[in-house]
Amino acid sequence: MEEKKTCLYDKHVALGAKMSPFGGFIMPIEYSSIIEEHNAVRNNCGMFDVSHMGEVFVSGNDAEKFVNYIFTNDITDAPIGKIYYGMMLNPAGGVVDDLLVYKIRENYFLLVINAANIDKDVAWISHNATEFDVVVNNQSDHFGQLAVQGPEAEGIVKDVLKFDVAPLEFYTFAIYNNGNEDILVSRTGYTGEDGFEIYGSHAYIVEAWDKFLATGKVAPCGLGCRDTLRFEAALPLYGHELTDEITPIEAGLGMFVKLDKPDFIGRDVIERQKTEGVSKKVVGIEIKDRAIPRAGYDIEVEGRKIGTVTTGYHTISTDRSVCLALIDSTYAKLDTPVDVRIRKKVFPGTVVKKKFYEKKYKK
Amino acid sequence: MSKVIEGFYYSESHEFVKVEGNIAIVGITDYAQQQLGNVVYVDMPEVDDEVSQGEDFGAVESVKAASDLISPVSGTVVEVNTALEEHPELINEDAFENWIMKVEMSDAGELANLLDAKGYEAICH
Repeated sequence: MEEKKTCLYDKHVALGAKMSPFGGFIMPIEYSSIIEEHNAVRNNCGMFDVSHMGEVFVSGNDAEKFVNYIFTNDITDAPIGKIYYGMMLNPAGGVVDDLLVYKIRENYFLLVINAANIDKDVAWISHNATEFDVVVNNQSDHFGQLAVQGPEAEGIVKDVLKFDVAPLEFYTFAIYNNGNEDILVSRTGYTGEDGFEIYGSHAYIVEAWDKFLATGKVAPCGLGCRDTLRFEAALPLYGHELTDEITPIEAGLGMFVKLDKPDFIGRDVIERQKTEGVSKKVVGIEIKDRAIPRAGYDIEVEGRKIGTVTTGYHTISTDRSVCLALIDSTYAKLDTPVDVRIRKKVFPGTVVKKKFYEKKYKK
Repeated sequence: MSKVIEGFYYSESHEFVKVEGNIAIVGITDYAQQQLGNVVYVDMPEVDDEVSQGEDFGAVESVKAASDLISPVSGTVVEVNTALEEHPELINEDAFENWIMKVEMSDAGELANLLDAKGYEAICH
């Protein structure tokens, strides 16, 4: 399959980025080095081209009712300008995708979905929309998106874009006009740091990229450090900690599934799992060695496989060899000893808290 | 551009060999370290381990991936570069200087199966 290019493709190539396929797009993995870029976001400010993400608008008389029906979080009577994180589930409770829902106005929502799932999600949303008075409008090809992340992001975004983003609270957004078009800026991200995500036309996003770069205060960051940053903050990545076969309860994301709201697809399974418990669970595991538990490696107890690593790194911010792993829930309690098989060797490890880094969001 | 040193031998899997008498000094090439990015762990063999040409003898791990190390020669490991245990990033600083293992070769004739600097340069792009 021929990968798509984002509107910033030429910029990445000009900066000498290492490029690689991701989610159907050819994306920058790193410009300088993953460690430098990771630290830029933790300590100062970095920006990511996230134009590969999908944008789907849902509008119409039943829009709120419909989004509530396909989404695990509760958007009933949500305030305008608020953002909700949650999942779309299949009837078996497995995750079709995890997404952000932006309430733009009454019965008008923006759904931001993962690049690799755009076709699947749009088909799923449209398929389930037939009984509702809604219009589903996939605008993914028309939006560019930048994520500007890090403790200095607020001041820099304000200076560069000339929008007063300081009043934005975490998980809210505002729409600004630059004279030509509406630009949506939200206080969200995928790094565990404070930061913003900016949605606009391709032309606007390319111009914004250049302006941020010209300040000399914003490091261009690739998907390499996006993954190390989100992993340390225990934020799940679809295809790893979440799949069509993993439920939010198994993934440890039950707080984003509301049972005290109108019915939604997958609810029965979630309700049962919340009361009866689950047979497998995503946990954190740490090994006391510099070796690295990578996605796909086996987790064992007494030589018997009890699970699989979903993501693993030697963390950059906290210097630990840790992983997220989907394991038999019998062993999911904190401090349980489990082994990680790395190539030919077995390393003793322990079940630990999933948060390998304390998130620094602005509340 | 990555560096290639004249007089060294190279494998297609991006290991280099510097020969000193019957000792093969083995590491990964400058091109390999550039491709890997930040090296954060080197899984090294132990002294007295037997290695065989074409067989893996460990792994080098960047932030994002583990890559097997394939031995370019056969023989017995006589020394490993213990400096890499605490400072794997030395490989990024100078891959040719910061070798991984020294092997007493059992068959120096195997070197003929490897590439020279020119041949190796041709496969790096």
